[in-house]
Amino acid sequence: MAQVRVTVDGVHYADDVEPRMLLVYYLRERLGKTGTVVGCDTSNCGACTVHLDGRSVKSCSVLTVQADGAEVTTIEGIARDGRLHPMQEAFHACHALQCGYCTPGMIMQAIDLLGDNPDPDEHEIRKGIEGNLCRCTGYQNIVRAVQSAAQAMKPGAHADTHARVPVAGGGN
Amino acid sequence: MTTTAEPTAGAEVGRARVRKEDARLITGRTRWTDNITLNGLLHIAMVRSPVAHARITGIDVEAARQLPGVVAVYTGADLDAEQSGIPCAWPINTADTPPRHVSIATDTVRFAGEIVAVVVARDAASAKDATEAVEVDYDPLEPVLDMEAALAEGSTLVHSDHGSNTWAFFPFDSVAAGATSGPTADEAIAAAEADPDAVVVTRRWRQQRLIPAFMEPRSVVVDPTTEQLTVWSSTQVPHVLRTMLGLTLGLPEHKLRVIAPDVGGGFGGKLQLTPEEILTVLVARRLARPVKWTETRSESLVSGHHGRDQIQDITVAARKDGSVTALKIELIADMGAYFGLFTPAIPIFGAFIGPAIYKFPSYLFTCTDVFTTKTPTDAYRGAGRPEVTFAVERIMDELAVELGRDPMDLRQQNWITNTEFPFTNAGGLTYDSGNYEAATAKAMELFDYAGLRLEQERRRQSGDPVQLGIGISTYTEMCGLAPSRLLGALGAGAGGWEHAAIRMLPTGKVEVVTGSSAHGQGHETAWSQIAADQLGVPFEDIEVLHGDTQVSPKGMDTYGSRSLPVGGTAVVKCAQRVVEKAKKVAAHLLEASEDDLEFTAGRFVVRGTDKGLAIQEVVFATFLSHNFPEGVEPSLDSEYTFDPENFSFPHGTHLAAMEVDTDTGRVTLRDYVCVDDVGAVVNPLIVDGQVHGGLAQGIAQALFEEAVYDEQGTLVTGTFVDYTIPSAADLPSFTTERTETPATTNPLGVKGVGEAGTIASTPAIVNGVLDAIRHLGVTQVEMPCTPQRVWRAIQDARGHATQETPIDTHSPGAGLGSIDPNNPQGEVQ
Repeated sequence: MAQVRVTVDGVHYADDVEPRMLLVYYLRERLGKTGTVVGCDTSNCGACTVHLDGRSVKSCSVLTVQADGAEVTTIEGIARDGRLHPMQEAFHACHALQCGYCTPGMIMQAIDLLGDNPDPDEHEIRKGIEGNLCRCTGYQNIVRAVQSAAQAMKPGAHADTHARVPVAGGGN
Repeated sequence: MTTTAEPTAGAEVGRARVRKEDARLITGRTRWTDNITLNGLLHIAMVRSPVAHARITGIDVEAARQLPGVVAVYTGADLDAEQSGIPCAWPINTADTPPRHVSIATDTVRFAGEIVAVVVARDAASAKDATEAVEVDYDPLEPVLDMEAALAEGSTLVHSDHGSNTWAFFPFDSVAAGATSGPTADEAIAAAEADPDAVVVTRRWRQQRLIPAFMEPRSVVVDPTTEQLTVWSSTQVPHVLRTMLGLTLGLPEHKLRVIAPDVGGGFGGKLQLTPEEILTVLVARRLARPVKWTETRSESLVSGHHGRDQIQDITVAARKDGSVTALKIELIADMGAYFGLFTPAIPIFGAFIGPAIYKFPSYLFTCTDVFTTKTPTDAYRGAGRPEVTFAVERIMDELAVELGRDPMDLRQQNWITNTEFPFTNAGGLTYDSGNYEAATAKAMELFDYAGLRLEQERRRQSGDPVQLGIGISTYTEMCGLAPSRLLGALGAGAGGWEHAAIRMLPTGKVEVVTGSSAHGQGHETAWSQIAADQLGVPFEDIEVLHGDTQVSPKGMDTYGSRSLPVGGTAVVKCAQRVVEKAKKVAAHLLEASEDDLEFTAGRFVVRGTDKGLAIQEVVFATFLSHNFPEGVEPSLDSEYTFDPENFSFPHGTHLAAMEVDTDTGRVTLRDYVCVDDVGAVVNPLIVDGQVHGGLAQGIAQALFEEAVYDEQGTLVTGTFVDYTIPSAADLPSFTTERTETPATTNPLGVKGVGEAGTIASTPAIVNGVLDAIRHLGVTQVEMPCTPQRVWRAIQDARGHATQETPIDTHSPGAGLGSIDPNNPQGEVQ
């Protein structure tokens, strides 16, 4: 067993974990952060994408021990003060999800993409989310959602582009 | 014909409502089966055969049993007395008994991936570790991989007790069926062959094997400690699963509860009673402990059922003026090693829709179902209809080439005109409505068909290395599975109705219970819109309940684009029952005759007065029941089970602009326009989403995906590295538009949209690829049209020899994006 100290969605944890435990299983099974899901076993699908110290990672490709001392943000930690993140709002407003299984990872990757490139064109968005697979939407509305969120998140832009949806149960 | 519901002011139906169900899905408050954890939960891992065909000569599980955390290890010998066999609900061949489909092999394995042992442990990792310690001895048998070789005399048998690898031969002859009079298709083809003023075009195509590849891996949790044994499963069909588990395992159905919580996609791939569901139930019962099984993606790709996989021999006969005289579709369909619920019936779904939108005066469809030692096939988005649509839409292009005609012009000459509905096609189906002219005109204008033809000509003249092709698909399909009597006549083991119930809560809020179990389709939103209009209550006041047999005890679930035309209609009819009941109560309370009451926008009003009651007031008065009409039951709650009288027939025109780099074989989908007529639209946002996703899967068949087996029968596309479902970077944005010709067979006028994009797009893409390079002499490129295949086809047409590489043999469809087709494997042609 190895000891890790990690902050997940703003909460500090200290745990003993098997050295082989992948971060995604630590999140799901130890912390109950089941919003983050597993879609493949070859790091192709991106369903498990979270932020590690502010950058997107596929949490199936990170050992929990590698996250020692780090800050992890999951889909469950991006709403603020009971309000959805603009990317969550944009996915809702643009019908960018159907079954929703890829959605948490897709949203986390899309937020990271805008961090690198706040005003991406369609081609840049498609390349930027290439590592996240969706089987339902054909990606068209996901691209629209990322474009919409980019507008909403521009410095000075009022984030309330879409009717804000309160988060049931509260956000962090 | 039934009447169409009158649209009401402020109608919800037709509004682009954003979805209710998103709230939990975008915040991670989801209820996937694998999220479920129970006290004392045990975990299962499967030991699967690495070989395609072998006798099991020994299994040693002792070492595995000794490993830490392991609770039990079971083999086929341990479970055989209880496992029964997975039933086939639609065997097609009724003369023979289907081969037993065991959940866990006992003496023989028949595909790589078949379960040979089950490990149960306190945690998933220990279970997985212990699978490595199970020793299985196999005595190899010859794999049976090629369908035609499997049909040949003397082939190794997949099921020796069946005596042949052929399971069924299904013919549909339009003359014998009474759908057409005059010569049979064979006679018409023979006559055309002898007639200098006629042409006959024959082609052979392969529908490659595909994998549904839903994003959420399958998962099952069974709790045997509850009064009703509770099964959570990532399934499309909780109701079918409950009944089938009862029938298969002899469990009393009333002691079973099945829950499909949030389900992450299905596309037909979760329309099944799986070995894993059966084994998880058996293990949980044996150990009297809750048990979970969750598959890995690799397990999913090798063991979840596959789709398509046909050899198609297609013949069309026509007069030289272009009018068609006969269509013949002969299929050989790969069943794989065993039957799932609908395996032998899947290709037969295509039989009746084969004539598509055309007035074929004669038609013959045959299908030969054959066993191989591969993963079983079954439903995948479209299920039988994409295959025949590909056949007919591709052969119309080939006929156009043969006759030197524009392919759209030839289609127009032969299709059913909008004044000819209702029209009975040569497959015996009566199309209630449609307007192929309107959809086509709109699509051609949006696409700039004429302009692209000019560009194509310019590029050909200039010898541009990047050539342009235009692909057409003017499809129709049959949705709304299905009239029960018709299913019965065809030998199906189930009906095609759907159930709805409405509970009017005392405070005026509404619960709509549906038997249609959604897994991404947005039923919670769309059903709320339908019920809001019918009952005149706010959209927000409606909760749609589904997917739990304790809440929604009756249903036939979601597949075959059936939810809206069948399940949505059940909601309409059920709501009308609620209103009828409420009307009696309102008349009593208003001291008026029922005949004098009008119900609009949620209010019962005495005609010609301002006296009235809101439905919520009637509901509360019913809850009190203090002042109630004599002899009337004090409840407005209602149920309705709707059985459709006919299928519904969406149609549309899809156009693809394909660019092919003739130097490298690279194919680019430059532009895609589709105009679909799916009847009336409840929620355009959801309809567009269904079309987008459908297109992606149909395009993926044409360009990207193939389940490939090596010569030992091992699936070599067993991960997402090799089974290449498209990413965002592989697809363009589509132009999707609609025409609306209402269906006349249901009160909403809806037709269904779940499969349209998938059915239509595959032939459009392949027609476009060929149209780009046909002038170079290329007549065929097999799917998926990878750069390597396209490049080879061009090289072959130019008379340049190309060399087969191991990649051609082992993985012809997969992962070729990074391989330089001009220099594959460092070889020079």
